Amino acid sequence: MSLFFIVALPFLGALLPGLMNAAGRAACAGVTFTVSLAAFIGLLTNLPSVLAGEVVMARVDWMPALGLNFTLMLDGLGFFFALLILGIGLLIIAYGRHYLSREDNMGEFFTYLLLFQGAMVGIVLSDNILLLLVFWELTSLSSFLLIGYWKHLPEGRQGARMALTVTGMGGLAMIAGMLILGQIAGSYDLSVILQNRDLIQADPLYLTALILILLGCFTKSAQFPFHFWLPHAMAAPTPVSAYLHSATMVKAGIFLMARMWPVLSGTPEWFVIVTTAGLLTMVIGAVIALFKHDLKALLAFSTVSHLGLITMLLGTGTAFGAMAAVFHILNHATFKAALFMSAGIIDHEAHTRDIRRLGGLRHLMPVTFVIATIAALSMAGIPALNGFLSKEMMLEEAYRTELFGNVWLVPALAVVGSLFSAAYSFRLIGHTFLGKVRDDYPAKPHDPNPGMWLPPAILVVLVLIIGLAPFLAEPFVKLVTASVLGGAGEVPKAYFAIWHGLVPALYMSIIAVVGGLILLALFRPALRLWDAAPRPEAKAIFDAVVNAAARLAERLILPLHNGAFSRYAAIAAVAILAAGFHAWFTGTVGAPSRAMQPASPVPIAGWIMLVAATGGLVFLHRNRFLSLILIGIVGLMVSVAFVYFSAPDLAMTQFTVEVVTIILLLLALNFLPNRTPIESSVLRRVRDGAVAIAGGLATFGLAYHYLLRDAAALPISEFHLANSYKGGGGTNVVNVILVDFRGFDTYGEIIVLGIAALLIFALTETLLDGPVRARLLNRKPDQPRSGDKHPMMMVVLTRVIMPVVMLVGFYIFLRGHNEPGGGFIAGLIVSIAVVMQYMASGFSWASQRLKYPYHGVIGAGVLIAGLTGIGSWFVGKPFLTSAFTYVRIPPFDKFELATAALFDLGVFLAVVGAVMLSLESFSRLARRAHVDDDKHPMDIDPSRDDPPEGATTPAKGGV
Amino acid sequence: MELLVASAIGILTAGGLYLVLRLRTFPVILGISLLTYAVNVFLFASGRLTVGAPPILRDGVSTYTDPLPQALVLTAIVISFGMTAVVVMIGLGAYLGSDDDHVDDQPAGDLHRPEDAG
Repeated sequence: MSLFFIVALPFLGALLPGLMNAAGRAACAGVTFTVSLAAFIGLLTNLPSVLAGEVVMARVDWMPALGLNFTLMLDGLGFFFALLILGIGLLIIAYGRHYLSREDNMGEFFTYLLLFQGAMVGIVLSDNILLLLVFWELTSLSSFLLIGYWKHLPEGRQGARMALTVTGMGGLAMIAGMLILGQIAGSYDLSVILQNRDLIQADPLYLTALILILLGCFTKSAQFPFHFWLPHAMAAPTPVSAYLHSATMVKAGIFLMARMWPVLSGTPEWFVIVTTAGLLTMVIGAVIALFKHDLKALLAFSTVSHLGLITMLLGTGTAFGAMAAVFHILNHATFKAALFMSAGIIDHEAHTRDIRRLGGLRHLMPVTFVIATIAALSMAGIPALNGFLSKEMMLEEAYRTELFGNVWLVPALAVVGSLFSAAYSFRLIGHTFLGKVRDDYPAKPHDPNPGMWLPPAILVVLVLIIGLAPFLAEPFVKLVTASVLGGAGEVPKAYFAIWHGLVPALYMSIIAVVGGLILLALFRPALRLWDAAPRPEAKAIFDAVVNAAARLAERLILPLHNGAFSRYAAIAAVAILAAGFHAWFTGTVGAPSRAMQPASPVPIAGWIMLVAATGGLVFLHRNRFLSLILIGIVGLMVSVAFVYFSAPDLAMTQFTVEVVTIILLLLALNFLPNRTPIESSVLRRVRDGAVAIAGGLATFGLAYHYLLRDAAALPISEFHLANSYKGGGGTNVVNVILVDFRGFDTYGEIIVLGIAALLIFALTETLLDGPVRARLLNRKPDQPRSGDKHPMMMVVLTRVIMPVVMLVGFYIFLRGHNEPGGGFIAGLIVSIAVVMQYMASGFSWASQRLKYPYHGVIGAGVLIAGLTGIGSWFVGKPFLTSAFTYVRIPPFDKFELATAALFDLGVFLAVVGAVMLSLESFSRLARRAHVDDDKHPMDIDPSRDDPPEGATTPAKGGV
Repeated sequence: MELLVASAIGILTAGGLYLVLRLRTFPVILGISLLTYAVNVFLFASGRLTVGAPPILRDGVSTYTDPLPQALVLTAIVISFGMTAVVVMIGLGAYLGSDDDHVDDQPAGDLHRPEDAG
């Protein structure tokens, strides 16, 4: 199976669980399992190539100019991790199906899980480091969703936030590191980077890149001092802990260190940083784990400790260390996932994970006891189990490692870590399962159904098989090690065996196990000592840091961002002006190259009206109705200007838009106060006036200057004029540009227009559903209502001219390609025809006669335009290539058939739908305001006529 | 003629800016409309001013005005209608929800003051 499918399957599959939610829990889990299984089988089909030592590649150029390509690579290392991710994923899905209770939304859970799985597989198969970063961030996000899955638990939310913060910050550092690395190597492809070890290590920026990348790895893999998020992430459901926080996600950092091992390792900096961090993490994690009473917290810190162990092994920079690391990744994934699932079983059955409340469970839960005990003994490093083998390799490697010039430091700390590791493993067995059966469990514990214990059991069988017959795992581990090493080292000859003779590692191992038993025997005094010792609380420190950052941000932002829109507008205007002045004084202006055209009386008259209306608007804007009339005059004058300056299409558009805008503003004014009160001080008005005059002068200067000069470069319009008829088949060049040359722009624009209308509809719905509804219903109109709601003359007239206006619209639409007109204008004209019906005959009368909802009209318009564009694919042309032909059907004259007309039809429909949906939404608000809706289109409100003598106010409302 | 168009653009901008800096939603919306006119005419004028030469191809005619700015401004006019409608809706919703049509956040406790417009 192609690598693309393996990565894409979980992402595509993530759509399914949500859909299957209604079909029941088994179906939901089943479909998730099937998707994972398909990806798993797809991965296995690549096994022969990987075994043959080939590197399977798949490549699609995504953004080649940025060096970002969708390049996937499958080698031994990638295969190993993908196998863990998908294989353990299958077990987790089976386990999760039984673990989640009926109240949990299973579809949501499995959707997140599949998203995570896809992102994780993406990381391990990426060949491009930028692509890898994308998947890396996706794992952080999906893990955030999974940790916070139980949204009602504050620990879950806090843990999710902490995990996202820590791993997200590390991810940011890593982006910088990867970019530096790519710059050094000259390519963002891993396969190229991995070949350039010497070049990268010699670069002065090597250390910077190394530290930044390691920050990403250490945060993700919970290395000291970033280890604290992992225990808090245990608020997640146990399947998540078992999957993300033991087997897969926390290993992503380790994976990356292994992936980058050939280029980054082997230098003193790498050795000191990675080995030290690993050692510290291993010891600290193991010590804390021993004294945790929550089973999952114990396992979380033990995971931290084991991750430190693997990091330390990678840090030594030797081939043997790398091999031991690979082997321990495999072993840790098996026994730790099994342990987490066992902890989940205990929690599920006994309703507590507190070790102090457990004990004696071996009689009540024998199956769980066997599974957990084998896994824990493996973790402790007992022979015949797989943990022993890799731990011995670790001790051997530690024995040979010299840090800070001290030969004893690393071996001693390794033994201490292993000793505590053995102790907490024994404590897990001893204090949970052994001892007397108690009678105060929160719930009566018993073994769960096989659906829950089979997945960990399968893992434990693996623990036994590898532990008893290590030679079975040896070829595979060596294959993976070979791909970790790349060209930077030889795979060690050492063979895997339980008995290596009386080597130092064996003595160290014995010390650790015996010491662990002794420590457990002394557990009570040790615990008292531990509780008495002062320790920094990571969460408190983290919260303090986050709060300090939030306060700092508030202090920086709030003074500027104080919620005053007029201040933002003033700042923006002044900033734009300043930028303009800067450009003006630093740029050069050539001499005028165009002669000023003489002005005849008509334009001068139009100019005077426009200026008078604008001035009146500024000075009289407090009277809102008057200002609507004034802005109407401005719009009309602008339309006239368009006519005068050879833009008939623009004039028609401006004119019709003016009509619908005024209707819209009138509808809004129905609810808003009719006057704007005087609030701003004189000083403030002077300030605003100064800003306005400066802005006006600046635009005047700019416009005046360029109107008198020709364009610096030849305008591209010549092309449009020359090709409009030849290529587009139309003589109205503006329309041909809209529907043909720049059809894609127009397509985007009608979509935007449709979205705007839907937004207005949605806002209206929200308003009418909320508390505003009651206010609207009780609202008293602030103006006397007209007694004659639907004047007969108007009703008759609008109905008579409706077909005429429609005809005009049709005509304007049809001639659009060759004469002024087209879909936009025709759409506006038809909208006005329909609006007239609403205005004259009333909302309900018009609505009853409406056959198609306006949403559908918008959708049909966008769909028709889109399908017209797609149609050109079928003849092998790019999207929206137009075609036209001339036909002649006697007795008619020759006429043109163009696909552009079909596209224009889409534009027309979208415009009609959008305009009508907006206006209808506004009038729906008004309709709710007067509950009495008119049954008849020509009814008369008698209360308004002949008000009784002495009545001071006319009766408001209706019949 | 150029002077007339340029000064009209300047005056529309000045009026629009002044109204945008007002404190209530309705004048701000009017100001945005004025700015829209100014910007549309400005963009349109980037094709320079031509009288009596519409971009409709005719036999025997060789000079036309620049059609490209016209096409861009045509869609801009329609889109600006959509934008105005959305802004009006937001302003209206805010007013209906809080009985207050200020564009600036009001100090706490001062939000529901009686309507002072008449």
